[in-house]
Amino acid sequence: MSSTPTILEDVTGSEASLRRFLHGLPGVDQVGAEARAAGLATRSIKTSAKEFALDLAIRMVDLTTLEGQDTPGKVRALSAKAIRPDPADPTCPSTAAVCVYPDMVAVAKETLGTSGVHVAAVATAFPSGRAALDIKLADVRDAVEAGADEIDMVIDRGAFLAGRYQHVFDEIVAVRDACRRQDGEDAHLKVIFETGELQTYDNVRRASWLAMMAGAHFIKTSTGKVQPAATLPVTLVMLQAVRDYRAMTGQMVGVKPAGGIRTAKDAIKYLVMVNEVAGDDWLDPDWFRFGASTLLNDLLMQRTKMKTGRYSGPDYFTLD
Amino acid sequence: MSRIDVRKTYKLYIGGAFPRSESSYTYEVLDSKGKFVANAALASRKDARDAVGAARKAFGGWSSRTAYNRAQIIYRIAEVMEDRRPQFVQAVSQSEGLSAAKAGGVVDEAIDRLVWYAGWADKITQVVGNANPVAGPFFNLSTPEPTGVVAVLAPQDSSLLGLVSVVAPVIVTGNTTVVVSSYERPLPAVTFAEVLATSDVPGGVVNILTGSAATVGPWLAAHMDVNAIDLTGIAGDAGLAADLEVAAADNLKRVRRAPAAEPDWLLDPGLEPMTAFLETKTVWHPIGV
Repeated sequence: MSSTPTILEDVTGSEASLRRFLHGLPGVDQVGAEARAAGLATRSIKTSAKEFALDLAIRMVDLTTLEGQDTPGKVRALSAKAIRPDPADPTCPSTAAVCVYPDMVAVAKETLGTSGVHVAAVATAFPSGRAALDIKLADVRDAVEAGADEIDMVIDRGAFLAGRYQHVFDEIVAVRDACRRQDGEDAHLKVIFETGELQTYDNVRRASWLAMMAGAHFIKTSTGKVQPAATLPVTLVMLQAVRDYRAMTGQMVGVKPAGGIRTAKDAIKYLVMVNEVAGDDWLDPDWFRFGASTLLNDLLMQRTKMKTGRYSGPDYFTLD
Repeated sequence: MSRIDVRKTYKLYIGGAFPRSESSYTYEVLDSKGKFVANAALASRKDARDAVGAARKAFGGWSSRTAYNRAQIIYRIAEVMEDRRPQFVQAVSQSEGLSAAKAGGVVDEAIDRLVWYAGWADKITQVVGNANPVAGPFFNLSTPEPTGVVAVLAPQDSSLLGLVSVVAPVIVTGNTTVVVSSYERPLPAVTFAEVLATSDVPGGVVNILTGSAATVGPWLAAHMDVNAIDLTGIAGDAGLAADLEVAAADNLKRVRRAPAAEPDWLLDPGLEPMTAFLETKTVWHPIGV
């Protein structure tokens, strides 16, 4: 079952109409997009606006650990940190979610309990996505069954680059169906494009529309395993896509840049761009997320600096 | 035809690079007679923050080099300084109002001091470390280890010999440092930075900020990622020194206290400038039977 809005139903009817629509999207002005992103990055955010931005950024973090060496102990520690990032300061908000591999969902769920911090799981043969559809769907169902609130799937970049849009579309629709839980609720679906492999901004724009039409709740830049990961211009193109999609269909879709965002300064640049490009409706953890791990410590350090008036150091925050 | 002056605006030295001040402020540097010489970057608190970050990043590599290798590198600084002797003589004579001959003497002394400290790199452990006698079947060994990132407020009057005399003892034992140069006489420090950049000292081991110790000092003293601070540069300002000591207490920084007046840098410095920024690690090891 597809959740494509009625206005776009004839677009998604066939491979040919899908291609016609996606290739009919206006091309991205590469120089313009990069200049706009660079221009927005020069805004100066200070004092109370900075305090607001830092807290908002913390609330938007999907605290991520996606390594072969992940242990239950590490996931528990990370989850505890997600609930209370700065144990020394009770006013510090929790992060939005922790993001783990499917086999760690149960461990994270157990630690997070009713804290309100979500568990996101990367499924569908993350990060390459090179597996049969059945296996990908089984991966998703496992994660949902274990209690994942959000599923981060990867698209089949090979099929996308070969122009088999219908294949990618159907796969997203199938994964979204697999996100259905026993209780009738859906686990939220984030669709990862791996923009570092898509080559052009035009492709990023096409992938964004394709995923949104297939019913993605979030569109996400990267797995974090490929360089370049999230960049400002790529996120700009995606924010334009969600803005235009809402204007056309009335449906709102979230955006998640992931990978390579390491400093509070970078995070604030993204927030400025969200506000200027998509609008302040997106300045909310339900609609914008950061996929990151080291970012959180820098946000906490900046926050501590603002509260205490002196520079802090990495010694005072947990390593993860 | 007269030649147009090459006007100079010097920059900071942070992490092995020469950036402008983040604040983009500069200030005029005058010679001892009040004549304009050049512009220097006026370091801000954010430059201090960046410098601390660079020093922290460099600490792991620098402190784990062998003492022998650190000695070689510090000796190399002396070599490069020797090559640039005329430039240093001119800078010192301009800044401190000394005759060329006297300035030459000061530069020689500064170079000799570097060589002297280079020699200490692989000897300080034997002198301040110890095999302690204990009442049990154990080896009990105390060894000195570097404190970490050391902020140094360099002396205001002695712009080269004083600078070398506070920087060399800090780095020779494996610390990394953020130095605030003399405010009114920063040019020897700028030239010293250029020497460091070309003499095998890894970027970030020594970071040199030109500017006011009274402005930047409090940020360094309060910085939670700085492990120690040398207050020599605010000698005579007891009020400021007390404030900085209070700020430094928050993360238990080691403080080398500000003297009442700037010391005579020609005297033998002894070991204290090195031992002030060393921690003693003691290990117990069972004697195999």
